[in-house]
Amino acid sequence: MKSTTFIFTLLIVASLFVYSGCGNGNNGGALSTSSAAEKVYVPPGEYDEYYEFFSGGFSGQVTVHGLPSGRLLKTIPVFSVDGEKGYGFNEETKPMLMTTFGFIPWDDSHHPKLSQTNGVHDGNFLFINGNNTPRIARIDLTTFETTEIIQIPNSAGCHASPYPTENTEYLVAGTRFSVPIPQADVPIDSYKENFKGTFTFISGGQEPGSMDIAFQILAPGYDYDLAHSGKGASHGWSFFTSYNVEQENTLKEKNSSQYDKDYIAAVNWKKAEEYIAQGKFQEWPSEYRHNFYSDKTHSATSTLKKGVKVLIPSECPGLVYYLPTPKSPHGVDVSPTGEFIVGSGKLSADLTVHSFAKMLAAIEAENFDEVIDGIPVLNFDAVAAGTVSSGGLGPLHTEFDGRGHGYTSFFISSEVVKWSLDTYEVIDRIPAYYSIGHLSIPGGGSMKPWENGKYLIAMNKITKDRYLPTGPEMAHSAQLYDISGDKMELLLDFPTMGEPHYAQGILASTIIDRQVKFFPLEENEHEHKTLTEADTKVVRKGNEVHIYGTMIRSHFAPDNIEGIKVGDKVFWHITNLEQDWDVPHGLAVMGNQNAELLIMPGQTETLVWEPKEEGVYPFYCTDFCSALHQEMQGYIRVSAKNANTKMKWSLDEEVFGE
Amino acid sequence: MKSKVSIFLAVVIVASMTACGGGSGEKEKGKFAPPPKAKPLTYEEAVADWKNQKGLGPIKNVSLEEEIDQEMAKKGEEIYVLKCTACHAPDKEKLGPAPTGIYDRRTPEWIMNMILNPEEMAMNDPIGRGLLMKYNTVMANQGLTEEDARAVLEYFRTL
Repeated sequence: MKSTTFIFTLLIVASLFVYSGCGNGNNGGALSTSSAAEKVYVPPGEYDEYYEFFSGGFSGQVTVHGLPSGRLLKTIPVFSVDGEKGYGFNEETKPMLMTTFGFIPWDDSHHPKLSQTNGVHDGNFLFINGNNTPRIARIDLTTFETTEIIQIPNSAGCHASPYPTENTEYLVAGTRFSVPIPQADVPIDSYKENFKGTFTFISGGQEPGSMDIAFQILAPGYDYDLAHSGKGASHGWSFFTSYNVEQENTLKEKNSSQYDKDYIAAVNWKKAEEYIAQGKFQEWPSEYRHNFYSDKTHSATSTLKKGVKVLIPSECPGLVYYLPTPKSPHGVDVSPTGEFIVGSGKLSADLTVHSFAKMLAAIEAENFDEVIDGIPVLNFDAVAAGTVSSGGLGPLHTEFDGRGHGYTSFFISSEVVKWSLDTYEVIDRIPAYYSIGHLSIPGGGSMKPWENGKYLIAMNKITKDRYLPTGPEMAHSAQLYDISGDKMELLLDFPTMGEPHYAQGILASTIIDRQVKFFPLEENEHEHKTLTEADTKVVRKGNEVHIYGTMIRSHFAPDNIEGIKVGDKVFWHITNLEQDWDVPHGLAVMGNQNAELLIMPGQTETLVWEPKEEGVYPFYCTDFCSALHQEMQGYIRVSAKNANTKMKWSLDEEVFGE
Repeated sequence: MKSKVSIFLAVVIVASMTACGGGSGEKEKGKFAPPPKAKPLTYEEAVADWKNQKGLGPIKNVSLEEEIDQEMAKKGEEIYVLKCTACHAPDKEKLGPAPTGIYDRRTPEWIMNMILNPEEMAMNDPIGRGLLMKYNTVMANQGLTEEDARAVLEYFRTL
C-alpha cells in the first residue's frame, strides 16, 4: 500500500515536471546538473555514440570506453600479461611479448592512434607505443585484439610515437631517451660525445603482418618527446619535439631547462624515401623482433629480424630541419588543414604556432641560424606564424574542432583553453580536475574531426578528491566536455585505468558493423585444433602429454583423463565448438601456475600444466556459459612417476585409451 | 546534497520516460479490447498435433522433393558432424535427442526453425519448451545459415 502511494506521488510529481519541462530545454544559463546528466545518459540497452580508446598508461593496456556515458566497454591487453584473458599466459599469445631482451610481461603504453586514410580515421586499426622497451602494437578493430607488435631497435624511451602519416604509410617513433647508438659501454658523462637519438619510420601499417622498420634517421642526442605527422598541406613530413638540447645527463629537471628554446624537428620522409631508393643509407646489423597473431591459426609467431637502413642527416641534405620553439616543448600538433604546427612549451605560458608555408619559404631562402650535425636550424621569426598568449601555464597538447579552433591543455594551471586559429585569440577556458595532460577530441588530431568536434575529454594526472577515496592509490580521472557550443561545458567525470595517457575516439557507426562475433570452425587453422568430439584424444610424447579437447555448453570432451604422471608437461589444446556470439568458455585446472584460458567461439587455445604431486585434480569452465555451467567440469588423474596407470580418456560412455 | 540530486535525477528521468517518451503503454480509448489469445498448447497437446506444428522462426514453408538430394545430404552430414555432434549422436540420445526418425514426429519447418532459432523455440514454442524441460538445456545456436540448415534437413532424411 505504502509503495503504491509512493509511486503514485512520484508519478504526479513527474508529470508536473513533464508539463513544465517538455520541449523548452535550453534556458541559456550555465549547464545544470540535470541537463548535463541528460547529455551523457545512455538509456539501458542503447549504445554510446563513440568508442574512445584510452591508453592504459603504466598498465600497458588499452581500455575502451563509450562516449558520452564514459562506460568501460573492454580492456584490451597489449604490452602486459592479462590473467583475465590468458594473454601472455597461454601458449598462443606468449610470442606477442617476445623482445630481443626475452619475454617481457609489461610495458608502459602511451599514445593510441587510429589508422588513417586520406587523413581521416578509417576505423581499420589502432596503434599504440610501448615506452619502456620500444615497441609499437597494432590492435585490430574487428576483434579488439592485439594482433601485431614490432620492436624498435636503436631506440630508448619510445614516446614520440606512433603518430601515423596521412594514409598510414608510416608510423613514427622518436627516442625520448638518447643513448649510445648503437649501444656501447661508455661513461655516462660522455653523453654529448656518444649519445644519439633516432627517428624511426615503420611501414606496413595498413597491411596486417607486414609491419617493418622502413628506415631510421640518426639525430643529435636530445630528448625527442612527441610527434605528429603532417597531413594535407604538410603531407610528406613528420614533426618531433625535443627538449634537453642542453644535452645534460643528470638532474635534468634543472639542467635540461636552461636554454630559452629547444627544437621541433621537421622530417621530410618523402625525401628519405628518395635517399633510400638512391642507396644513400648505412646498413646496420641491428636486431629486433616482429610478432604477429593470426586469427586463422589463433596463434602468434615471433620472428627475430636483423638489419636496418639508417640515414645520416649530414649525408642527406634536406632531410631534417629544426624549428626553434620556446621552453622545452612537449606536444607538437598539426591543424586539420596541415598548415599550422603548434608547439607547446611546457614551461611557458604561450603556444608557438609555426606555419608550414613559412617553413618551406625559409628552407627555400636558406634562412638558417646555424647547422647542427647537418641539420639546419631555421630562423624562428621566419617560421613562426603567431603566438597564443593564453594566460595559462604549462601548455602540453592541442587538438582541433572542425570550426577553426584549437583546444590546448594546460598542466600547471589545470585547464583547457580554446583559441582561434585565425586570430590566435583565446575564446574560452574551463578548469580540469586536476592537472590535465593530454586531451582528446574524437577525430581532433585528424583532417576531419567527427561531427566538427562535439566532445572533448581531459585526461588528468591527479585525482585527489574527485571520487570516493580508495587508499593511497586512486584511478586517474577523466572529464568529458561538450564543445559543440560557444562555451565549453563540463558534462561528466569518470575514472580510468593506469595513467590514461592519451585517447582517441571514433564515431561508433564507423566500426560497429565490422565486429567479429565468432570464429568459423571451418576456418580454424590452429595446429592443434579439434573440430569434433570424435577427434578428441590424449597423446603422450615422452614426458609431454597433449590433450586434444573440445568444449561446448556445457561439457568438456574428454572430461575424465587418467595416465598423467608427476613430471609430465601437459598441453591442454582446447577448441571451443560454439558458433554463437558471446559464448566464450574458460579452462582452469587446480594448481595451474599460469592463468585461465578464455577461449572464444571457434577458437583453439593451449594451457600448459605441470602437475607436481599425485592426486585427482578438477578442471572447470570459468566463464558462466549456461544454466548448467556449474556442471561444466571434469577430473584429471595424476599418478606417480613410475606408476603404470594406463592412459585413458572418456566422456560419459565413450571411453578411449591404450 | 548528492542524494538529493540523485532523487531529483530519478524523478526527471521517470518524468521524461512517462510523458515525453510518447505513451507506448497507454491504452487506446474507444477501441474494443483484443480478443483473448488462445490458450497455448501444452507439450503433450503439441506433440500430438505435431503435423501442424511449424515452430517459431524464419522458416514458414519447406517443400521436400520426392527424391533425396544426395549431394545436399552429404553436405548436410558434414555440417552436422562439425556443428552438432558434440551434443547429438545420429541414432541415440546424447545430450539431446537423436535425429533418426525425426520426420515421424516433427515437420521440416519445425526442425529448421529449431536449428536456426533455438533460443526463441525453447522459450515460446510448446514442443521446444517441453524439450528444454526434458533435456535441461537450451540447444546451442551453432550459427548455421538457412542453406546449411536445409542441407542438414536433407541429411536427416537419409537416417
